[in-house]
Amino acid sequence: MKFVDEFRDPEVINKTAEEIRRLVDPARHYRLMEVCGGHTHAIYRFGLKDILPSNIELIHGPGCPVCVLPMGRIDDGLELAKDSNVVFTAFGDMMRVPGVQGSPLEHKARGMDVRIVYSPADALKLAKANPDKHVMFFAIGFETTAPSTALTIIRARAEGIHNFSVFCNHVTIIPAIRAILDSPDMRLDAFIGPGHVSTVIGCRPYEWIAVNEHKPIVVSGFEPLDMLQSIVMLLRQLKAGEAKVENQYKRVVPWEGNRAALKAMSNVFELRPYFEWRGLGFISQSALRIRDNYAEFDAERRFSVPGVRVTDPKAAQCGEVLKGVLKPAQCKLFGRECTPEHPVGALMVSSEGSCAAYYNYEHRKAMATTLAWPA
Amino acid sequence: MAVATDSTTPKIRFREPQIEMAHGAGGIASRRLVEGLFAPLLFRSPNPALNDAASVEIGGVRLALTTDGFVVKPLRFPGGSIGELAINGTVNDLAVSGAKPEAIVASFVLEAGLPTEMLEAEVRAMANAAQQAGVAVVAGDTKVVEHGKADYMYISTTGVGSYLPGIHIDAHSVRLGDKVLLSGPIGDHGITILLARGELDFEADDLRSDTRSVFPLVQAIAREAAPGIRWMRDPTRGGVATSLNELARDCGLGIHIFEGEIPVRDTVRGACELLGLDPLHIANEGQFLAVVAPEYADAAYNALCQCSGGESAVILGEVREQPAGSVLVTTRYGGSRIVDMLVGDPLPRIC
Repeated sequence: MKFVDEFRDPEVINKTAEEIRRLVDPARHYRLMEVCGGHTHAIYRFGLKDILPSNIELIHGPGCPVCVLPMGRIDDGLELAKDSNVVFTAFGDMMRVPGVQGSPLEHKARGMDVRIVYSPADALKLAKANPDKHVMFFAIGFETTAPSTALTIIRARAEGIHNFSVFCNHVTIIPAIRAILDSPDMRLDAFIGPGHVSTVIGCRPYEWIAVNEHKPIVVSGFEPLDMLQSIVMLLRQLKAGEAKVENQYKRVVPWEGNRAALKAMSNVFELRPYFEWRGLGFISQSALRIRDNYAEFDAERRFSVPGVRVTDPKAAQCGEVLKGVLKPAQCKLFGRECTPEHPVGALMVSSEGSCAAYYNYEHRKAMATTLAWPA
Repeated sequence: MAVATDSTTPKIRFREPQIEMAHGAGGIASRRLVEGLFAPLLFRSPNPALNDAASVEIGGVRLALTTDGFVVKPLRFPGGSIGELAINGTVNDLAVSGAKPEAIVASFVLEAGLPTEMLEAEVRAMANAAQQAGVAVVAGDTKVVEHGKADYMYISTTGVGSYLPGIHIDAHSVRLGDKVLLSGPIGDHGITILLARGELDFEADDLRSDTRSVFPLVQAIAREAAPGIRWMRDPTRGGVATSLNELARDCGLGIHIFEGEIPVRDTVRGACELLGLDPLHIANEGQFLAVVAPEYADAAYNALCQCSGGESAVILGEVREQPAGSVLVTTRYGGSRIVDMLVGDPLPRIC
């Protein structure tokens, strides 16, 4: 398969892994954060930890949009869809994420009209096909998915479709990285930068990380070879005492980003003054809302939103895991009360969430004999 | 309901307040429902072996007995339809239990308003599939529910089979060093259905469900390697990962499979890459897994490969001691990952 197989070639991968072993200083411990949930998933899926030296520690970052969404937002979105005339649409990623009264899938089982869509354009298509229904798209994601939401809203306006709205939960990546770096218990050496987000925002927005925080950052692709190459690039910088932004994912990420996508986003969205992130708390100017000009497509203004606030269970240590202070298995609930099937914290929900990835792919390698059947 | 207080009180471990879709998806939740509610109340043995078919003795003759319900949307899809599934699904449950399918009874739940043309097409599909599988449909039942209370039609089939000589399927007979065989490429059925629902806006021209009877393949390996066959299963809902996890838990050993050996068609692989799905979790309707004693592995493998429809069979992996009760995939680069049962239905991952 083109664009996949050449980045999974075992021979090249083994050579790159050798280079990593040559570059590491055995006396040093490296803490690298992969910002993006897609990277976390790839690390586990391809078993990359097994081929890295043990003194390279990969810390899973905040870049899983499902994981950082506060539970109350899900309840709000589902509340709007309790009207029998409303069709609730969302990406498959959202379907198992629990609200207080259950996940979208559970609501579907109880009779709510919940549909999985592959893109917001599919939701708009559904609205066109069902003029007597109101189709609401529950939008999530970083700058990766925000442009397609923006373009869909622009198209809905152009085509005069009125039975369509967006419940907007789009967030932006830079404030999250800043929050991580501002956290006092955080000690990171470098960042594996988000790949898909960077196709939109480009590499420039990361420059402050290198200049002000003196941390190397390499924007990386998602195949095993991409990630290993990015680690080589980070190790070279660390060895040379440098801190700069580099782009490993050049085949997809232009340095300046995607101007058309950025333009669509800024036409439709503006920054919210603040937004709550699960595990990280309120972060100012970290999320997008729909501009007044497109208010008719904003589900939050079109309907009355209950504004549910739900605090995470005290025992769940999602924030610490999200910031990389704790490993998933160090959380008290991990694998006991909190499992992929019955997630307590959001990191256990999405397969990109570090807890779910760790649970699915890793921990039973060691714990296989002692782990009880989830009750 | 009378409450029994003696020591035989069945222990109901299923405590979930309502039935969710996941309880029917063939993964962890399904197993919990069966083990926690059905088994303690309905089965005589407290720890019944949960196989594809039960073994019953009638008048000194041991028979394999199985039943399966079919609800699929859409009813027709590239490569098959609900009618074919209803025959082949039950035929395959018998086949992987080591039995020759002999007779099937079918039960229909039809929705009022169902066009006769649609029903006829499915009955014809069943007749064809039964003929191809060499099995007789001997009885049936029909119920009709109000319009809107069913998705066109549901079919349930029950099958009885006679055991092939010298074959005994039991997860507990699996030993260290046994080989895991797979009959052919995986994921065709599940991805075909996912795309045929038309909810995802992409198409694949060359993709068809793999629905078929696997009995000829089972018969072929039984002929060459019957004493060495320890366990077989058709990896339907929940895919190969779920079937192998069930095996791992039942036998208490670790199942190792090699990523490089997993046969997946390019179209299925491409769809899985795009949708963020693992082919190991995708349903199949015409493949089976077999665990075979090492000394019989080559004979079984060769028999499969020489049989029509078994050409792309592989030795997928082997049974080791650790990780006990789990399935471990060794990646092409020597890394490894645990592969668990599917939780709920496979959902596309986008953001």
